[in-house]
Amino acid sequence: MAYPATYRFTKDHEWVSAEGTVGTIGITDFAQQQLGDVVFVELPAVGANLSAGESFGTVESVKAVSEIFSPVSGTVTSINAQLATAPELINQDPHQAAWLVKIELADPGQLAQLMDAAQYETFVAEEAH
Amino acid sequence: MPHMWCAAGSRQRNPPWPDNVVPKLPIMPTNDQLHPRPTQVVHDEPLLFEISAPGKAAYQLPPLDVPAAEPARAGRLRDDIADFPELSEIEIIRHYTRLSTWNYAVDLGLYPLGSCTMKYNARVNELVARLEGLAELHPLAPQSLSQGALRIMKVLADYLVEITGMDGITLQPAAGAQGELTGVLLVRAYLESQGNARKKVLIPDSAHGTNPATAVIAGYKVENLKSNARGTVDLSSLERQLDEDVAALMLTNPNTLGVFEEDIHKIADIVHARGAQLYMDGANMNALVGWSRPGDFGVDVMHLNLHKTFSTPHGGGGPGSGPVAVKKHLLPFLPTPVVVSTDQSFALDFDRPQSIGRVKAFAGNFGMHVRALAYILANGCDGLRATTADAVLNANYIRKKLEGDYDLPYDTPSMHECVFSDARQAKQGIHTGDLAKRLIDYGFHPYTVSFPLIVHGALMIEPTESESREELDAFITAMKAIAREAENDPELIKTAPHSTRISRLDETSAARRPVLRWKRTG
Repeated sequence: MAYPATYRFTKDHEWVSAEGTVGTIGITDFAQQQLGDVVFVELPAVGANLSAGESFGTVESVKAVSEIFSPVSGTVTSINAQLATAPELINQDPHQAAWLVKIELADPGQLAQLMDAAQYETFVAEEAH
Repeated sequence: MPHMWCAAGSRQRNPPWPDNVVPKLPIMPTNDQLHPRPTQVVHDEPLLFEISAPGKAAYQLPPLDVPAAEPARAGRLRDDIADFPELSEIEIIRHYTRLSTWNYAVDLGLYPLGSCTMKYNARVNELVARLEGLAELHPLAPQSLSQGALRIMKVLADYLVEITGMDGITLQPAAGAQGELTGVLLVRAYLESQGNARKKVLIPDSAHGTNPATAVIAGYKVENLKSNARGTVDLSSLERQLDEDVAALMLTNPNTLGVFEEDIHKIADIVHARGAQLYMDGANMNALVGWSRPGDFGVDVMHLNLHKTFSTPHGGGGPGSGPVAVKKHLLPFLPTPVVVSTDQSFALDFDRPQSIGRVKAFAGNFGMHVRALAYILANGCDGLRATTADAVLNANYIRKKLEGDYDLPYDTPSMHECVFSDARQAKQGIHTGDLAKRLIDYGFHPYTVSFPLIVHGALMIEPTESESREELDAFITAMKAIAREAENDPELIKTAPHSTRISRLDETSAARRPVLRWKRTG
């Protein structure tokens, strides 16, 4: 699965896509492959403040429970309620339908510090070894 | 074994396979070095609900000699449990006895679950623990009538202090994780008494998951410490990360790769120079007993797992026991009460104003203290040293014999366990979990799968000292055969186990749509 060219990525395998001051956050295809079948997702409440690099929720698979770290800072404006009943979306469509939260970006400048798709692809190629 | 279901009597149920199909018994290789092992289960067993019949009971009460009272007072009778099982005593016993034959146990064969130290617990431990004066002793009996029990605790405490090289100990914690929490709370209490409890705990990326959980519950933030290429603590990262906010470094030694932290003295010096405490997770103490003492290499506080290292029951509810040993400066903070000896007798000391308080009711899991002391006394100093040496020898024997068949991610010398990875087999799409399931077909309990996390696709093998050369060879032969199958017939492994009552469970559906209560169908 290709990594969308307009997205930005973290070393913890989250992605963020920004439109104006709205950021959408999810986990990458590599992350879902490593996790295996996702069975439960725990997300923050709307209105919660996220700080870049800090955990804001968990993804539970048959293998492990993993924390999700926010790529950027901001305030949660909506969460993907579909994941509560269909966590498998994360395995099926991690970069689109399985977005986790939308946030109001506190500092769009933070995006520039994250990896672009090409850099992330190189990063996971190394990580896989 | 295949006919076991017949013994279950005249129940209205089918045999586990259709009449016209030959049971798919273990697809065992024809290698004549491999003998079928009597550890496999192919029969099925219904639920108690399914064998229930109205009116059966496992008890009989004498006729009433008083007027019958109303059984159901308003609101006290639950009506939300339909079909509660009704059975006779022997039916219940048979049900559970049959289920018990499904267990794999160290009493049946090698149990190489790495990091768990599944050693054989000698029967003498049980014999001693069942002595009437110990087994029947009430925990609230006055100290004057409990002198023997207090003495057992004091002698065990003294031996454990000597073995660990520490200055004092509490036997109270119920198991390893509670021991960890007790230990970190001791660190917090000590640092608070110095004026600053600090904010963070450093934990290597190879640690057991309980370590970060413990630090968080004790109110600390966790900071991850990356291992170096040898799989041990990276001193320069440690120097860099150890700032004034760090309360403690939680270290497992040997670590979860089974590698001894050779720089442990330097690590302790760095930690102490910054005013932090060195916590040692004693999970792998089976590699050190009688040879190396954490107290001598700079540890301030550590827990032991009596149910790993000191031969008390493990699994099946144990219960566990996780004593915490400390250096002198932490003694005032130990949980109360502490067993002390006076000239003539033993007593419980509650008068410890700086104590963190009680962490477990009564004396902790006293029955485990009895067993651990029996183990220590039965072995003696030389026996304990030999035990450690055998545990290390057995792990290295397996490592040497299998290093041609499985990838060894770290070639640093192993102590009591060895960690391979599935890198070679992964090329055929076979992962550590698949290999483990195939091992079941060979009649062995799987090794620890996918841990430690710093090894991708880990196979973590800890044979313990209990195993003979013959049993180790049988395991090695099985593992070699599986490595060959991985190359020649990968599908066989991907679909294993083939010898069990149920093969692969649908873990995903079980987690996504769990069925938590039995319901009668039809």
